[in-house]
Amino acid sequence: MALSRRHPAAIFAVLAVALGTTGAAYAAVSASTAPKSVVKSATQVEQGKSLFLEGCSSCHGLAAQGSSDGPSLIGVGSAAVDFQVGSGRMPLAGPGIQSEPGPVHYSDNEIAALAAYVASIGPGPAIPTQDMISTSGADLALGGELFRTNCSQCHSVSGKGGALSQGGWAPSLMKADPKEIYEAMVTGPESMPIFSDKTVTVQDKQAIIRYLQELQKQDSPGGAALGRLGPVTEGLFLFIVGLGALIVVAVWIGAKAK
Amino acid sequence: MNEIQHGSHDPIGAVNGHDVITGKPIVPLGHHELRRADIDPKAAIRAERQVAAMFGLSSVLIVTSIIAFIVVPNDVLVILPLIGPVNANHISVGFSLGLGIFLIGTGAIHWAKKLMPDVEITEERHAFASSAEDKAAFGEAIREGKSASGIGERKIIRRSLLGSLALFPLPLIVFLRDLGPMPKTRLRETIWDKNIEILTDATYRPIRPEDIPIGGLVNAVPANLLKIEEEDGNLNERGKASIILVRMAPADIVSQQGQGWDYQGILAYSKICTHVGCPISLYQQRTHHLLCPCHQSTFDLADSGNVVFGPAARRMPQLPITVNEQGYLVAASGFKEPIGPSFWERG
Repeated sequence: MALSRRHPAAIFAVLAVALGTTGAAYAAVSASTAPKSVVKSATQVEQGKSLFLEGCSSCHGLAAQGSSDGPSLIGVGSAAVDFQVGSGRMPLAGPGIQSEPGPVHYSDNEIAALAAYVASIGPGPAIPTQDMISTSGADLALGGELFRTNCSQCHSVSGKGGALSQGGWAPSLMKADPKEIYEAMVTGPESMPIFSDKTVTVQDKQAIIRYLQELQKQDSPGGAALGRLGPVTEGLFLFIVGLGALIVVAVWIGAKAK
Repeated sequence: MNEIQHGSHDPIGAVNGHDVITGKPIVPLGHHELRRADIDPKAAIRAERQVAAMFGLSSVLIVTSIIAFIVVPNDVLVILPLIGPVNANHISVGFSLGLGIFLIGTGAIHWAKKLMPDVEITEERHAFASSAEDKAAFGEAIREGKSASGIGERKIIRRSLLGSLALFPLPLIVFLRDLGPMPKTRLRETIWDKNIEILTDATYRPIRPEDIPIGGLVNAVPANLLKIEEEDGNLNERGKASIILVRMAPADIVSQQGQGWDYQGILAYSKICTHVGCPISLYQQRTHHLLCPCHQSTFDLADSGNVVFGPAARRMPQLPITVNEQGYLVAASGFKEPIGPSFWERG
């Protein structure tokens, strides 16, 4: 209890201290004669571990083994960290709620460090390279078929998302960038199942991303799209505006002239 | 005057000429209030001009719609407040033609309300029953026809007629029975069978168990689906045989529909909802729940696919799976129960 009631500024103070010490440690180590890349990655893992203990371990456990408040992070890979922390979904704003993209709380270096640490404790999907998420030459038609087969059941055919059980929801994909889409498919955040690179290959994923980029660009030549939610909003609109107009006309016809 | 009047001159629901609920004075039947246009010739002329203006504007708009149809380009988007981007041709034609037709209607109603006679008219209703003479005449006609035709005396005609009338519905019954072939076992069977390879849907690649991580989902079809041509019912077979593969930690599996029907935590379930047959692969990997978006039926795939919520009455059928010699996932047998929604003869 005491942990969750600390002063909001405390985390920044602790973070500043942690950053300062790790920065100093990094400077000290990088000055040595050892090969730079190896040392860098070793310290990156250490920096990531201290960041993890500071900001993540209260829910995910001191050894990332998970607890009643958060899942185990062993084997989720660097892609999961990049997806969750890099989009501001983590740290979670409160317990028991579905994470949503928001302001990012860590710098790019810190996210890389956290990702390196989580990747070091168990093998898992890595952050995709630029080549993996490049959509030049991707098959748009195949992407549409794969999207309708594998994604549309939750995210809807328009990519606008939809309802899940117990108050959860599948988010809209209208603002998702290629890396986010790829990372979500290989890591399966929240309720989402994992679509591994073996069953939905890298080429398949590129096709899906290309198709989603086309969906994101689509405008609505029919006027207001009403959220592209289909019969729910369209029915509500017709009930209120359409029936409303009919009632107004009926009242006017029935009113006695003066 | 009529039955709804009682006591004094008050109709039901009124006392001393006032409504008992609202307290407003009751307008007596037969009272007619004159409209402004009935009294004031200037008001009548004003109303006449209003009606003519509506009809006139309607003519202008209808001609405008024709011009807009020809002139306005149909590949230009214009942005309207509240409505957003719309096709310039569609919105201009639709708006002018729609409003033009609407104004014909409003003009007619305005005309009727302001200028046409609005005196209340009582229209008498005719009695529904026929008069006694008509009934007697009808009975007489029947009797006359009976004796003239001789149906009472000519027994051979009467009996042969009854025989043919009794037989004539029989062909209908025979023809109706032949409306289509009986479904036989097609509602109970899918094309899944022992050793049929499981392929990814849309890309049709065989799947190795290690390709599916824990928490993974694969939409899949049987390999022999690819051999069925569209005219031989490919879509029907696809509609019945579509499955999903999910993998969960073996410790998370509470129960299955058969001993060892999984393969190392990989479970295969039908994709067709047992309620009314929507295809569902809305799998939530943390709760292992499969949710049908049509009517929110929810199945727990970690517990034999049992229904945990919603209108579905039957569990989701599970397909027993194993691996073949090449290490690819295959069906260990066909489905052991009919997939999809219940049907009359299912039992």
